[in-house]
Amino acid sequence: MADVILDTPIAAAPVKPNAARNLVRNPGIVFGGAVIAIVVLMGLLAPWLGTIDPTAINPIARNKVPGAEFFQRTDTGERIKMIALFGTDGLGRDVYSRVVYGARVSLLVGVSVALISVACGLFIGVLAGFFRIFDAIIMRIMDGLMAIPAILLAIAMVSLFRSSVLTVIIAITVPQIPGVVRLVRSIVLSVREEPYVEAAVTLGTSTPKLLWRHVLPNTFAPIIVQGTFICASAILIEAILSFLGIGVPPEVPTWGNIMAEGRQVFSLFPHNIIYPGVFLAMTILSVNVLGDGLRDTLDPKMAKRV
Amino acid sequence: MAEPVLEIANLAVAIKGSGDRPHAVRGINLTVGANEIVCVVGESGSGKSVTAQAVMGLLPKNAMEVETGSMRLQGEELTAKSDADLRALRGTRMAMVFQEPMTALNPVERVGDQIGEVLEVHTDLDPAARRERVLEMMRAVHLPDPEQMIDAYPHQLSGGQRQRIMIAAALVLDPALLIADEPTTALDVTTQAQILKLVKEMQGRKKTGVLFITHDFGVVSEIADRVVVMQMGRIVEQGPCEEVLRNPREDYTRMLLAAVPSMTPPRRSPVSGPIVLQTDKLFKTYGKRSLFQPKARIVHAVSDVSLTVRRGETLGIVGESGSGKSTVARCVARLVEATSGAIRIDDVDIASMKEAKFRPMRRRVQFIFQDPYRSLNPRRTVGEAIIEGPMNFGLPRKEALQRARDLMAVVHLSPDAIDRYPHQFSGGQRQRICIARALAMEPELLIGDEPVSALDVSVQDQVLKLLDEVRRKFDLAVLFITHDLRVAAQVCDRIAVMQRGVIVEQGTTSEVFAAPRHEYTRALFDAAPGRNREFFVDKAPEAALPH
Repeated sequence: MADVILDTPIAAAPVKPNAARNLVRNPGIVFGGAVIAIVVLMGLLAPWLGTIDPTAINPIARNKVPGAEFFQRTDTGERIKMIALFGTDGLGRDVYSRVVYGARVSLLVGVSVALISVACGLFIGVLAGFFRIFDAIIMRIMDGLMAIPAILLAIAMVSLFRSSVLTVIIAITVPQIPGVVRLVRSIVLSVREEPYVEAAVTLGTSTPKLLWRHVLPNTFAPIIVQGTFICASAILIEAILSFLGIGVPPEVPTWGNIMAEGRQVFSLFPHNIIYPGVFLAMTILSVNVLGDGLRDTLDPKMAKRV
Repeated sequence: MAEPVLEIANLAVAIKGSGDRPHAVRGINLTVGANEIVCVVGESGSGKSVTAQAVMGLLPKNAMEVETGSMRLQGEELTAKSDADLRALRGTRMAMVFQEPMTALNPVERVGDQIGEVLEVHTDLDPAARRERVLEMMRAVHLPDPEQMIDAYPHQLSGGQRQRIMIAAALVLDPALLIADEPTTALDVTTQAQILKLVKEMQGRKKTGVLFITHDFGVVSEIADRVVVMQMGRIVEQGPCEEVLRNPREDYTRMLLAAVPSMTPPRRSPVSGPIVLQTDKLFKTYGKRSLFQPKARIVHAVSDVSLTVRRGETLGIVGESGSGKSTVARCVARLVEATSGAIRIDDVDIASMKEAKFRPMRRRVQFIFQDPYRSLNPRRTVGEAIIEGPMNFGLPRKEALQRARDLMAVVHLSPDAIDRYPHQFSGGQRQRICIARALAMEPELLIGDEPVSALDVSVQDQVLKLLDEVRRKFDLAVLFITHDLRVAAQVCDRIAVMQRGVIVEQGTTSEVFAAPRHEYTRALFDAAPGRNREFFVDKAPEAALPH
């Protein structure tokens, strides 16, 4: 009885599609990834991209149109001639420098909100989905959180605490968590009924191991996709908050508050709004396109349905 | 014979893109005459459903297309027809009944309207006349109280009633050809017997030609006039039913027939080993009335079940869906908690033990699930699946891996295959892996919850032999859940028959099969398709089967 039989030959090579190759094939991922990479580099390398201090006020050079020349006094007292690529604003600050530095805040807020809300959502969602006793309580709390509008929460938090990037991140994160929790919970609820999870139970696998090995990996693909969409909406909400003047402190340049300050003189000097607006739109578009591409590659079922 | 209803000549259906073979079916020649039932039998992947879909013009557009050949419906060529022409033919001159009546019916439309839809599309009857015709058809398929049922929704009907609705909808315009794709596979055996009878009756009424697709030779013997045997997209053999079943010409047919378990249980000597599992007045109820839900529905899934399994013995629990047989198994494996009663493993009551306290005992009770495609984590290799249990109990990785390799050999798989992923194995191979995973725990009690019902008949035979082999080798107590009396006859020493959560009869397999005492048991036996027929042909192909 020692002979080895196979009712059909075992498939020779793994037919698992090469995930990395599929990612590169998707035009959305390539385009979105490339634009985001450029914006990230721009934010990181801001001081070396021909910028000047984005907060430096220059009363002589107020409201210059894009391409105009102006003189800027440096720390050592010299006057240097500069070209205002994107023009200057009502206080004579260089819009180009402000837009480049502004990318930092937008990306920081977008990425941190996505990471924090996904991490919290994953944890709470697994608790709610796997342990029945927590389910009803957690989900009612989440329903409550969902009823809080992000912008009102931000206004409340800024008036309670000092306005800072951290306040903004928390204010945007909190209303995003319930969405992630619901997503994770629904996945966990269906995965826990899978026979392979029950098999692991009969094998005596402890609950933390069970969650880590058999349940959590199923949530990764949808979570990555959800994360990108959260990132995009966080960037947008941050811009809205800054535009309303309740976001990060006004001395920190962000795309939102650059636009807010340009609002009064929009009909005369539209460059104050157009340039940060274009960057904001491009960033959000490419994050969303990237998210769509990831969803199509990581979750083929969704792709077919569309 | 007059002109055949359906004539397929040299049909080839190509699979677009890269598949494991270029053609789904190839060189198909078959005819269905008026007033004739032609059964197409074959294992999964043999192309029997594709043939049916090709005739109906329902091939998945982006995956398959008819390459060559002709299909004639009453002499009219179908291959050249436009989508609109085919649509006009479907329902009027050819109709189809699907496997799963719950998903084939629209859950949010009244069943009467779903039958009436055929009339609405293809005739110009006014609503009153349509309703009259629908009622007439519902009476014809013997649905009780059609005036009430016509306004019911699918979920309010039983599986058998739903399938009757499907048949009524298919036959309402008296098509010349009815294609039935495994119409009874999702049904219980007693319901299946009724539906088979109905198909035969409806076919005789209007001399309909029926193309009946099935994998079950019992069903074939009940219903077929002629049989077509398919394998890997080709027709292996066809001929009159009796001839094919009695004197198959081809080895493949012979192998398939030999793999059908016999209804006669083999002689078995009683097992007198120590008792491993004993349940005492086991109850499991779902739903609870409380202050807030005083009228909540309470379902008694399992009531007063007392049974014992000795070492080296196989106890079969037989019953239809909803009889509570799986619930008993799941209670014993502690996948669900019993409501009351005792479950003793080696005289230790585990029924109300805390999970943390019970975990060390998990080793002793192992479970094999029905669906081999879902019982292995697709992200982990086979080796990781097998060593997971032993490593939970403290076996070092290296030794666990060695045990996994040894066990792969025990279940007749290559020990080197432990680095592969589940999707690289077939269904039967995966079920072997699941058995290896269970054996790695060195259990005392092995629970199989329909472990072979998702498998093809030839693979089923091999897995059953393997289960029997490991039972002997490791002297295991086995609790075997099945709905298939033929399987039960072959593997079980004793049998418990369950109906609506209660054990109605219990005894040795030979006693129960020779003289069933309870009327429900008798009904089950009467409904078993092909109950009076032995499909055992000769010993020759048996040698080709692995042991």
